[in-house]
Amino acid sequence: MTLRPDLAAIAAHVKPSTRVLDIGCGDGALLSELHAHSDVDARGMELNAELVERCVSRGLSVVQGDANCDLANYPDKAFDYAILSSTLQTAARPDLILDELLRVGAKAFVSFPNFAHWRTRAALMFGGRMPVTRALPVSWYETDNIHHVTVDDFRDLAKAKSAQIERSWFFAGERAISPVGANWRAEFAVFELSR
Amino acid sequence: MVQQQLSNNSTTYDLPEPLPLDSGQTLPRAQISYETYGELAPDKSNAVLICHALTGDQYVASKHPVTGKPGWWERMVGPGKPIDTDRLFVICANVIGSCMGSTGPASTDPSEGGAGAPYGMRFPVITVRDMVRGLVALLDGLKIEQLHSVVGGSMGGMQALSLAANWPTRAARVLVIASTARHSAQNIAFHEVGRQAIMADPAWADGDYYASGASPDNGLAVARMAAHITYLSEEGLTAKFGRRLQDRSSKSFGFDADFQVESYLRYQGSGFTQRFDANSYLYITRAMDYFDLAEEHGGKLADAFAGTSARFCLVSFDTDWLYPTAESRHIVHALNAAGAKVSFVELSAPNGHDSFLLEHDQLDRVVKGFVDG
Repeated sequence: MTLRPDLAAIAAHVKPSTRVLDIGCGDGALLSELHAHSDVDARGMELNAELVERCVSRGLSVVQGDANCDLANYPDKAFDYAILSSTLQTAARPDLILDELLRVGAKAFVSFPNFAHWRTRAALMFGGRMPVTRALPVSWYETDNIHHVTVDDFRDLAKAKSAQIERSWFFAGERAISPVGANWRAEFAVFELSR
Repeated sequence: MVQQQLSNNSTTYDLPEPLPLDSGQTLPRAQISYETYGELAPDKSNAVLICHALTGDQYVASKHPVTGKPGWWERMVGPGKPIDTDRLFVICANVIGSCMGSTGPASTDPSEGGAGAPYGMRFPVITVRDMVRGLVALLDGLKIEQLHSVVGGSMGGMQALSLAANWPTRAARVLVIASTARHSAQNIAFHEVGRQAIMADPAWADGDYYASGASPDNGLAVARMAAHITYLSEEGLTAKFGRRLQDRSSKSFGFDADFQVESYLRYQGSGFTQRFDANSYLYITRAMDYFDLAEEHGGKLADAFAGTSARFCLVSFDTDWLYPTAESRHIVHALNAAGAKVSFVELSAPNGHDSFLLEHDQLDRVVKGFVDG
């Protein structure tokens, strides 16, 4: 199974023999990859019971929990990396989640669909309706994405939270693209942060 | 009616030393009755201890010698089952305080004052940790240093947690299903109803009924009926019985078991008295009520698991109101705080606390995935 591009970027940059918490780990695709290839103590948190069941059935350590409240129990810097992939935009308070990520993890990886991608802008400008694109495939009334965010918004939030952006990766579809003009060219963004 | 220890065909282990108890007393010449399934690997790396619930016993995957019914978890334990005895060596032992061959209130009091009679209420009050201490003594006897897994539902889960907290090197995996780290006021309250029902039965005779030919079956049956309600869900009871009448077309305007649910509970209650000792019921419910794993560790549950290297898995059921999901979550939070490797899932099932014993494909997959992983 090939990993989603943002997950592949994260998997490629997690150092071996580290401790990782993947928040919103879904069916455990990234956890399996980390577990199999780099001797990582990889654990997950996922809200959806069915996905948790699939993870545990695969032998992964995953806790059914809500990122909005269940991170509070982890000690400071319990992990080398806290990962939040494609979940930030679904959080009740993305700013508070970011604080928690940087509290429980020495570093954090955050990925999200970029709402300022030109397709999204075009759909809104010319269609006048909430965009349904390949990065945001679900109608506004069904989507879990309640806090749409752009690359530049996220950079601002990181700055406001005194978080260092260590590295970043951008994708259009499956393809990695340069950071130049990422705010309108990237469909998906991945940031590595520290504080 | 139960006379002394129930007959059983299990292997019995004689503890070489008196068993120290949390009360400060000791249990001399204690015995543990147990069953095993599968083969122990030469390096002893495949031993799984299954801990039974309040009224359970060592017959997890073999026919019960009294009732003739299949083992209480045969759908989970056996060749090719989620806990696969083709690969794993499964041990299931009757806990001390119980009545299927392990030392309990119906056993002969070996002290001089005992005069060769059963302990009755002279049996010392035990705790869940005491039960586990007995199980650890058995593991010592079997020369099993570290279990591949310890697995338990309900009170069995309490034992698994107690083993992990007090003997942290003895199990590599800890699987706790539909359980709790402490008995709540509501849990204690229901148990107290059961104990009072037994003690209000004149045949109980202060627990000294073994020689009398009578036993407090009525009280024990009522205790079982009350407890049985807590094992089910309102949804499950409604689906199974609703307000349907038992073998009649109209109400009797009397106190017969008019309703199917009444008839069912009476049947459960009287069936139970065939296979369980009333004093054991008093002692084991007491042990469960005393259970508070945090209290044993300075009041902070996370401290109970400090430094553990075991992997944990907790499972709860959404309709279990005896040990609701919040109790499992509380344990998970403590394990997170302790940095332990833990999985947790709340499964959906209609049948309340009893769901862990019933058909549930997702539970099977979780148990297999965790034990194999």
